[in-house]
Amino acid sequence: MIAAVLAQAVEIQPLTADDTLVAQNIAFGVIAAVMLYSAFRMVTTRNVVHAALYLVIVLAGTAAQFLLAGAEFIAATQVLVYIGAIVVLFLFGIMLTRGSLGVEELERNERRGMAALVAVLLAVVTGYALIDGFENTRFEVASPSTTAQVSDSIFSQYIVPFEAASVLLLAALIGAIVIARKD
Amino acid sequence: MLLNQFLLLAAGLFAIGVYGVLARRNAVLVLMSVELILNAVNINLVAFGAFNGTVTGEVFALFVIAIAAAEVGVGLAMVLLMYRNRKSIDITQVDAMKG
Amino acid sequence: MLSNVLLYAGEVATGPSTTENANWFLRNAWIFPLIPAISFLLILFLGKRMPKKGAEIGIASVGICFLLAIATGVSWIDHRDNYEGAGHGSSEEHSTDEGSHSEEGALTITDTATGAVDPVSLAAEEGEAKEEKHPSVAVQREVTWFQTGGVEFGVGILVDGMAVMMLFVVTLISLLVHIYSTDYVGGDRRYTHYFAFLSLFTASMLLLVLSSSTLQLITAWELVGVCSFALIGHWWEEKPNSDAALKAFLTNRVGDMGLLTGMIILFFTAGQTFNIVEINEKAIAGQISHTALLVASLCLLAAVMSKSGQFVLHTWLPDAMAGPTPVSALIHAATMVVAGIYMVARLYGVFFEGLSIGGSSVNALAVMGAVTLIGGGALAFVQTDIKKVLAYSTVSQLGYMAMALGVGAWTAALFHLFTHAFFKAGLFLGSGSVAHAVHSFDMKKDMGGLRKAMPTTFWTFLICSLALVGIFPLSGFWSKDEILAGTGGRGLFGGTGGNGAYTTMLLMGIIGAAMTAAYMTRCIYLTFFGEFRGHGHPHESGKRITVPLIILSVLAVGSGLLNLPKGLAGIPKSFQLKFEHVVEPVAPYFPPIAHATPSYSLAIVASLVGLLGIAVAYWYYFVKVEAASKEAGRSLTELPDGITSKSALFRAGHTLLVNKYYFDHLYQGVIANGVKGPIARAAYWFNQNVLDRTVDTVGRTSVTAGNLVYRYVDQGLVEGVVNGTGLLSNEAGQELRRMQTGRVQQYAAILFAAATVLAGIFIVIV
Repeated sequence: MIAAVLAQAVEIQPLTADDTLVAQNIAFGVIAAVMLYSAFRMVTTRNVVHAALYLVIVLAGTAAQFLLAGAEFIAATQVLVYIGAIVVLFLFGIMLTRGSLGVEELERNERRGMAALVAVLLAVVTGYALIDGFENTRFEVASPSTTAQVSDSIFSQYIVPFEAASVLLLAALIGAIVIARKD
Repeated sequence: MLLNQFLLLAAGLFAIGVYGVLARRNAVLVLMSVELILNAVNINLVAFGAFNGTVTGEVFALFVIAIAAAEVGVGLAMVLLMYRNRKSIDITQVDAMKG
Repeated sequence: MLSNVLLYAGEVATGPSTTENANWFLRNAWIFPLIPAISFLLILFLGKRMPKKGAEIGIASVGICFLLAIATGVSWIDHRDNYEGAGHGSSEEHSTDEGSHSEEGALTITDTATGAVDPVSLAAEEGEAKEEKHPSVAVQREVTWFQTGGVEFGVGILVDGMAVMMLFVVTLISLLVHIYSTDYVGGDRRYTHYFAFLSLFTASMLLLVLSSSTLQLITAWELVGVCSFALIGHWWEEKPNSDAALKAFLTNRVGDMGLLTGMIILFFTAGQTFNIVEINEKAIAGQISHTALLVASLCLLAAVMSKSGQFVLHTWLPDAMAGPTPVSALIHAATMVVAGIYMVARLYGVFFEGLSIGGSSVNALAVMGAVTLIGGGALAFVQTDIKKVLAYSTVSQLGYMAMALGVGAWTAALFHLFTHAFFKAGLFLGSGSVAHAVHSFDMKKDMGGLRKAMPTTFWTFLICSLALVGIFPLSGFWSKDEILAGTGGRGLFGGTGGNGAYTTMLLMGIIGAAMTAAYMTRCIYLTFFGEFRGHGHPHESGKRITVPLIILSVLAVGSGLLNLPKGLAGIPKSFQLKFEHVVEPVAPYFPPIAHATPSYSLAIVASLVGLLGIAVAYWYYFVKVEAASKEAGRSLTELPDGITSKSALFRAGHTLLVNKYYFDHLYQGVIANGVKGPIARAAYWFNQNVLDRTVDTVGRTSVTAGNLVYRYVDQGLVEGVVNGTGLLSNEAGQELRRMQTGRVQQYAAILFAAATVLAGIFIVIV
């Protein structure tokens, strides 16, 4: 996977003369490599706390990719919500279930093999489909989309999904309290 | 930039996330892997949004973030409950549906 | 939302001349929900620091609302009378301006009188009905709440006779309940919260009453549901109370699905509008297909079932009596439970056309009402809890109202709603007064002989009961008689001129009247007559409890006079049909209903049947049980059951009623457990009994077959093959069984793998 992404990223260099674009592509490639590595470590490391820290790297990398794609508001939200809130939530979860902190017992080989098989199959099929379908599709980020644009879109066209999401959050809040409380 | 850069990155993250969901026994790690999958989806959404030149993709990425937050909240509450009842968060031990 | 109304209502007035000509009270009715809403916030934040713990804020706000409601009522009557002259000239030209009202959209029109088109009315031929048809003068104002996807979501007020009537009822009962509560729940640990929720409930109910759009109606509908939930579970420390609150809430959710579906259907079929007037006009003008209207009104009926306690979703209402008694009086007798009736009355165009009420002899709404009327009344006989008797009586009376709407007797339904609010609230408050004295609701164990100890409560209770039973000339007599006359009933007992020939409904209504009379007699006997069976020395309640009782019983006596039937000898014409004149909208948004002519014979028959009910119950309880009790020297709780122990049929009926027709068993035992009980169990069963058995049977059959072949056909050649097959099947069964490991991750792996493979196939093919 890493090789494919890097190859695509590097391959583009001679095709465009624009220097900023080259810089962007290099940045993309480096971040992507770090993200994929961290993600891989996250799902394989035995230490749960390390896994959470690797998750932080992946999420931060995602935020950086959002910046490259010109989505500034989402990048900021990603940092605030994911790294600021969700990861902290995970750390709390790990702390409260301290029995499994530290080394996890060895996995059964059979299951890992099955999981790896499915994952590789998935990667191959989607990778093939993407390369087949969007081989040379390009796009330019002329100007980053502003927060105003995003908010206009949310509060006019997507007001109903927005309200639905708020109801969902409320329901999840109540649900989490009901499930986790002691009685 | 090539659209495929983003899409392939997302595909890679997605596959790794699926591996995590399927292989890990620690319920918290499974939830983290689910976050990885959702992130991959977000990258796709933003990339396609930028490709189309609209903010629609970003808006939906925002919704996904909100839903992910809700999912983590409920998921961790369930893990806590499981820990309280079984003193373990090994999801392979949860096999009440065994035939 | 309320703040929006506050901000913009001053600027935006969408109504035409009718609205502009209306006086201040009618144009600014939006202030009604606002006052208790503010009161709610004040009580919530400041209540505990007030000298009376917040009760005074609630009483003051509802008191202001009540005064405003009177002012609004007077203005409305004035407004209505003024327009009579203006509309009079055009009332005969109804055929000329048929089409014009549809273009006017949201605005209420002054110069059309389409209401006079009357396909079924026999009375119209007599020339009397036509004179009443005047253009509606409803005052409507709307502001845009928000706008999305090209659709405007409006909120606003729709003030017409029906709304004004409800404003009066809601504010009056609410005020009396507030005053009553200061004594009844005095010293409660959540006293302040109690008053906060009473205020919120009043605000929501007023908002519901004034709704001009279906969206606003749904919002208010849910708000009153929430308040009901909170107030039923006021003493949530006891499990039954919080269970009852949950039951009420969840049962109402079932109906709310219908409400949402119905409203969405109406929204789209009426051309993307939430405006109630517009929807009604389009329904009446035939711009919405009949099928759509039928489906929508059936969906909305589910909402009526749950909110107004109609069969089969009535089960929450008796349980809701777990709440404080004043709450039962306000919410579960007089106001919230009639929200369903009110909604049908509001969207009557939809129901009238959708269910083809005119000219028919049976429809879903009428059947639902009639079944509820009889079923609820029967259940009231076996209750020992005084509040549950009243609760089932409410169910039954709501059935009357629904039936009246179903047979097209719109005004009769609303009039019954009006009178019922007073006497039923009076009965509930009276039962609360009794319970306050004996600290129990159990009629058989802790009451009896209270008429001497509590004279005021006894007399008010008796008056309200007689009104409920429908004894001349109390209010229940007039409203019930109007409903019975409105069924048409094919001229049975002389009742003519209804919208159809609802003979069955007429008979059911008369039977219901007899049942009402009988169970109320039983209730009064057990509570106020015989020997006192409780503990301590009950005494009359304080002034804050008895004064509301007296006011309500006076209204129970007098409110019936507001709508005296036409042509009654010795009554000046201006007193006849006053209620109908004021309340019934005659407008393009109201369907052309026919008005039945009342008949003396029907009134006499119904009264006699009611008296017969009283007489039978009187004979049984006052004579037979009393004598048996004296003879045995024991109180009546220790007597063997009379009639139920003698006849198997009666015993079976009694068991059926005590178990409430097994509805709770059905909902909880069958439906809820079936869904809630882990699906895993079903899967496990399927696995054990179907998959395994199939595989095993295949294997075993093969083995058997093999043995047969082995034994009879060929021992040497086929043996190996056959045994192999049997073994294979058996092995396959064992292997297949292992697929069901119960490990979620393995299932997920299969899911992902299968999805990937399918995606791959899809990619290759496309």
